[in-house]
Amino acid sequence: MLLEVAELAVDVPTPSGLQRVVDRTSFSLGEGESLGVVGESGSGKTMTALALMALTPEGARVSGSIRFEGRELVGRSEDEMMQLRGDRIAMIFQEPMTALNPLRRVGAQVAEPLMLHRGLSKREAQARAVELLNHVRLAEPERAARSYPFALSGGERQRAMIAMAIGCAPHLVIADEPTTALDVTVQARILALIDGLKSESKMAILLVSHDLAVIAGHCDRVIVMYAGMIMESGPVEAVLRQPRNPYTLALLEARPRPGAPRGARLATIPGAPSVAHGHHEGCPFAGRCALTVDICRTVTPPEVAFGAGHISRCHRAGEVGFAP
Amino acid sequence: MTLSARFRPRGGLSLWLGATLVAVLIAAAVLSIIWTPYPPTAIDIPHKLAPPSHAHWFGTDNLGRDVASQILAGSRVSILVGVIAVGIGLAFGIVLGLIAAFSKGLVEDGLMKLSDFMFAFPALLLAIMLTSTFGPGVVNAIIAIGVYNVPIIAKLTRATANGVLSREYALAARAAGRGPIAIAVDHVLPNIAPALIVQATIQFAIAILAEAALSYLGLGAQPPQTSWGKMLADAQNVLYNAPRLALYPGIAIALSVLGLNLLGDGLRDALDPKLKARS
Repeated sequence: MLLEVAELAVDVPTPSGLQRVVDRTSFSLGEGESLGVVGESGSGKTMTALALMALTPEGARVSGSIRFEGRELVGRSEDEMMQLRGDRIAMIFQEPMTALNPLRRVGAQVAEPLMLHRGLSKREAQARAVELLNHVRLAEPERAARSYPFALSGGERQRAMIAMAIGCAPHLVIADEPTTALDVTVQARILALIDGLKSESKMAILLVSHDLAVIAGHCDRVIVMYAGMIMESGPVEAVLRQPRNPYTLALLEARPRPGAPRGARLATIPGAPSVAHGHHEGCPFAGRCALTVDICRTVTPPEVAFGAGHISRCHRAGEVGFAP
Repeated sequence: MTLSARFRPRGGLSLWLGATLVAVLIAAAVLSIIWTPYPPTAIDIPHKLAPPSHAHWFGTDNLGRDVASQILAGSRVSILVGVIAVGIGLAFGIVLGLIAAFSKGLVEDGLMKLSDFMFAFPALLLAIMLTSTFGPGVVNAIIAIGVYNVPIIAKLTRATANGVLSREYALAARAAGRGPIAIAVDHVLPNIAPALIVQATIQFAIAILAEAALSYLGLGAQPPQTSWGKMLADAQNVLYNAPRLALYPGIAIALSVLGLNLLGDGLRDALDPKLKARS
């Protein structure tokens, strides 16, 4: 396994003390595999991604185990992490508008990790940056390399970000909502680009998104997070076709679907997303779930397996099915 | 409204007026190095307190020294004080501010508490304290004003650097494996430079005022050295006979400070695209 995460927990400091935002999550990712992480805002998916790179906010406490290529990352020094970041593990960010420094030329920003990790000279790195920009199918790569970020469109900037991320041929790319800020058409092209890059190299992708359609189309496996906990995980096909957790089901039903009757309202999940509940016992979704029974409020649900790596954390997992 | 907008020079009136005044100040300082009408410290008792004339444009003072020459020479002192004092403030303030922004936690708190402690002393009081401890003189006055600038620049650097560090490109740079020094140089400094430039201009004006005040109090420039503040102090002795002697250095100080403040305001408008778009 390329990446094995076990019992990962992240506590971030808030004015009222440490708040658990990722709660005992365990998952793994093989070479060349793509794993989707889906959940509402505040479900802990971004914090999970940041924890993998040891980029959690100042004062945050990370516990559990993150094994990357057989090496434990939790507790590693900042210097050691700096050598991994951008080289073996790279990250693509959500906002291409703000993830590039507005005052530096795009080419220089793409060249940076190459000079840092590959020891290329400035000239070599610049030349390689143009190749990379061409590789991510940016029109006129020489011109783009000389441009400042403001001169590029959102999609072009995201391609530049991807070029920056793949420069050192990382084994793991973490993409945090890489297409959320883009138009749907641009989104499709960027995702196709990521798919293409994945198939031509051995890199594994951790795709964080709130968009089930994106996950369904571009991932092998998916984990569904709620309040910092993994509610359901398994092969994309199985999880999305036959969800075994009421939360996944509710997410699927809240999707806008073509062919719905005119004027029909979208299904919503009652209540507001709860923040991770730390060490309290009980199911975090109990307050909003239609299937809640007494035990849900008092006992944290166990993981129930449904074969082929499909796991649901629910007391009534067996009863979950598509509503008529 | 549209008419005045059309005729407003690019970058705003204050920028150009300020730049012009500052340019005149710098030109006067440069000129004084190579030429002044008379040696600024040459005493000529027979012609003391002469009114403005063709020979002495601004007249002479109570020792017969040429006032125009002294104003020119004084501009050099003002520029020197401003450049070095602001330079000291920037050099130490930026480093301390960046250390605070990057280190967080105890170091950041400690540095900022120290700055607050320095803020508790008014600029002039701090300068008087330092010059009376280490002796009067231009060099000590410059150091005192420079020390006063350090916490101001440090606070500004920390606040603006924290803003940059919270941006996604700073996180992206970390995710690319870059270390704090590389991020500070490549990402933070260029993005906080506009704020620092504006603040430096304002501090320059404050430095000129502070030097004038210190010299007036006898803690800055020492005889035979001349400075605008010292000219004011000298003029005070003959205020009833020749009030104009106080006027010249006063106007010189006022125009310099006005010019620098206008330049700072103009630069802020010109360097901040958000403000510009709104106007």
